[in-house]
Amino acid sequence: MTPEELEQIAVDQQEAENQLDHRINVCMAASCMSRHSEQIVKDMQAKLKDMGEKGEKTQVRCVGCMGLCSAGPLVEVDHPADEAAGKGPEKVMYRDISPEHAESIVNATVDGRTLPDLVQPTDIPYFTRQKRIVTENSGYIDPECIEDYIAAGGYSGLVSALTEMSPDDVIHEVTVSGLRGRGGGGFPTGLKWSTVARTDADQKYVVCNADEGDPGAFMDRAVLESDPHRIIEGMTIAGYAVGASKAYIYVRAEYPLAIKRLKRAISQANKFGLLGTNLCDTPFNFDIELRLGAGAFVCGEETALIASIEGKRGTPRPRPPFPASYGLFGKPTLINNVETMATIPWITRYGGEALAAIGTEKSKGTKVFALAGKINCNGLIEVPMGISLREIIYEIGDGIPDGATFKAVQTGGPSGGCVPADKLDMPVDYESLQEAGTIMGSGGMVIMDETSSMVDVARFFMEFCKDESCGKCVPCRVGTAQMLDLLEKMCAKSATQKDLDLLKELCDVTKACSLCGLGQTAPNPVLSTLHYFENEYMDSLQGEVTGVGAVPATETKAGAPDPTHEK
Amino acid sequence: MARQKLPPTQTLTMKIDDVDVTAKPGQTIQDVARDHDIEIPGLCYIDGLTIWGACRLCLVEVEGMRKLLAACSTEVAEGMIVHTDTERLRRYRKMVIEMLFAERNHVCSVCVSNGHCDLQAMAVQLGVDHVHLPYMNPDVKVDSSHDRFRLDHNRCILCTRCVRVCGEIEGAATKGVGGRGINARIINDLNMPWGDSQTCTSCGKCVHICPTGALVEKGTAAAEMKKHRSFLPYLTVMRES
Repeated sequence: MTPEELEQIAVDQQEAENQLDHRINVCMAASCMSRHSEQIVKDMQAKLKDMGEKGEKTQVRCVGCMGLCSAGPLVEVDHPADEAAGKGPEKVMYRDISPEHAESIVNATVDGRTLPDLVQPTDIPYFTRQKRIVTENSGYIDPECIEDYIAAGGYSGLVSALTEMSPDDVIHEVTVSGLRGRGGGGFPTGLKWSTVARTDADQKYVVCNADEGDPGAFMDRAVLESDPHRIIEGMTIAGYAVGASKAYIYVRAEYPLAIKRLKRAISQANKFGLLGTNLCDTPFNFDIELRLGAGAFVCGEETALIASIEGKRGTPRPRPPFPASYGLFGKPTLINNVETMATIPWITRYGGEALAAIGTEKSKGTKVFALAGKINCNGLIEVPMGISLREIIYEIGDGIPDGATFKAVQTGGPSGGCVPADKLDMPVDYESLQEAGTIMGSGGMVIMDETSSMVDVARFFMEFCKDESCGKCVPCRVGTAQMLDLLEKMCAKSATQKDLDLLKELCDVTKACSLCGLGQTAPNPVLSTLHYFENEYMDSLQGEVTGVGAVPATETKAGAPDPTHEK
Repeated sequence: MARQKLPPTQTLTMKIDDVDVTAKPGQTIQDVARDHDIEIPGLCYIDGLTIWGACRLCLVEVEGMRKLLAACSTEVAEGMIVHTDTERLRRYRKMVIEMLFAERNHVCSVCVSNGHCDLQAMAVQLGVDHVHLPYMNPDVKVDSSHDRFRLDHNRCILCTRCVRVCGEIEGAATKGVGGRGINARIINDLNMPWGDSQTCTSCGKCVHICPTGALVEKGTAAAEMKKHRSFLPYLTVMRES
């Protein structure tokens, strides 16, 4: 594939587009599909066929996630410019579409009309306040069509990296961009790349971590389902930069649609000479294989992920040595998260400086968040780093439904913590979130209103960690189980001050002594809720305590349960 | 003029518990400490088997590092300053031992390994005179299906010494770990009764390397199961030959 050939594919695809009068884009990501968007597409296509000649110039296209999942299934219609009426090209988004609407939308579109009753306004902050880099193609291109991705500028970053840049140049751009690992750790990506690049070895590997598993997080899934070629391009650029010829995408088996689209994308890229041997007539060879996770959250931890790809039990091992020097099959391995990989093509296309211009001093670029829980606009957003939580929740997310009061937002999944209302004006960047007792994490944001009990939230995440602990190291295996028992006791209001003290002690030991990130961060939901909502913990104790919000002794239930553990 | 290549470093110096010590590159903190008669606790580490790093008893403080590091798996570096016995570490180690006691049913008085148990000895050494965590009293099984040996999950601490010695030294790979988290258990083959295992050679290494009364010889009563450890120093030799 030469740059000229790539350009030709883009031009051809654009020309084919120009032949059409109208395009109807239907979201075919998992959320909208679960609400029959596949049927909508079928009905629309059948209707267009029935129309005969009149319907020929309108195309129904399956596209990826448009973001606003709570209003799905979403359909967007591209109307061409109407010079006679002095109108430019316009896009109209329809919300809550069901198969019954298919016919009327097709009829209206072919006639150049819109259906005002179904319109989802796109001039609201949810759409206007976003800055889309990783998700720039989501909702616009057909994820199963490589030409569509190329027409949108795809693979031009790879081709220009291979033909115009040295591996060091690529690493330099990534370093300049200030990009940090989007999987949660926030490690500088450029530094990681140069470490792998500088390690001598006959074989190196690139791994894309697509084992997204935080409760309430679905960013990576949306990217994989909506724009799979982006990951392939990012990984191939990474392979070129660090000197790897073989790559794996470790994707969880619970994402069947993402797997299907990735498989298709890999075979298309192979066919187009964008994967395989002698890419762009250079000596660079690159192959990507899929590996499916078998449902263990801990396999998102890089050393456990490596063990799993090697066919071993997915348990972490002590670091150092880090995978950058001793990784997959003992070889230097670059492991990056989906979102990190998806940012790479943009960096090679527009330069590192362009990304560095977005965000805060230490956190550059944009971050994709999944808004879930008690919020009006449920779905996926991509915002510049440094935006405040208030802007995300009240402007982009349109606030809390049913006039309820915001209580806390949980970020970072089971490794993160809860941020209360008085911290809403805090900027969202790696350092500020850490200061507030939580982490950026992979991008899940669960918004809670006053009806949520914070002790119960802590209990939920502890249950998750206990279930997902691999059982290798003692503090995580036993600590999470012990902490869960104590939190359950608190939820049942049968705990004592002694239990609370013990919980704090267990948090400390588990955090300090556990082998991997899962155990080291498992106490975070407890610690952050204890910090901001200690009164709720005090309320959950039975009698005999003094302090903030302590329950008066008279209110304790007669016949306190046996404090020893019951099983 | 070409720059002269420096010879590789042969030795390095570092500090463990305020003692200046020398070490070879590639050694772990545990190795160096032992060379200088500094004892660091541990239950899962065994010379000659792969490093597991799971018991977390050998965690040490290294100046300049935010996190605690496992002495068994951390390579030494020039100028490293290590503390192996701080108040904080002692507190954590006691807690880890307590966690192990609370996790399963460790009743020393009726255990065949009473008096010959590494876990018990470690508890005594670290001054664990009391378990203040709630006992979890799980309902776990005993596998007596093997002719000569018994696997008592009540006493298992999942150090995986047996798994490693079976796979890495005996080469039978009968033992493995099944389940996860608090439900993780040592298994034989694909979780079948030990006696039905087609791969077990009945060599008994797993029994004698086991730190507790989890793997024992049949026919032993309380406190009678003394493990034969004389073969342990040869594990490294066996692996190298």
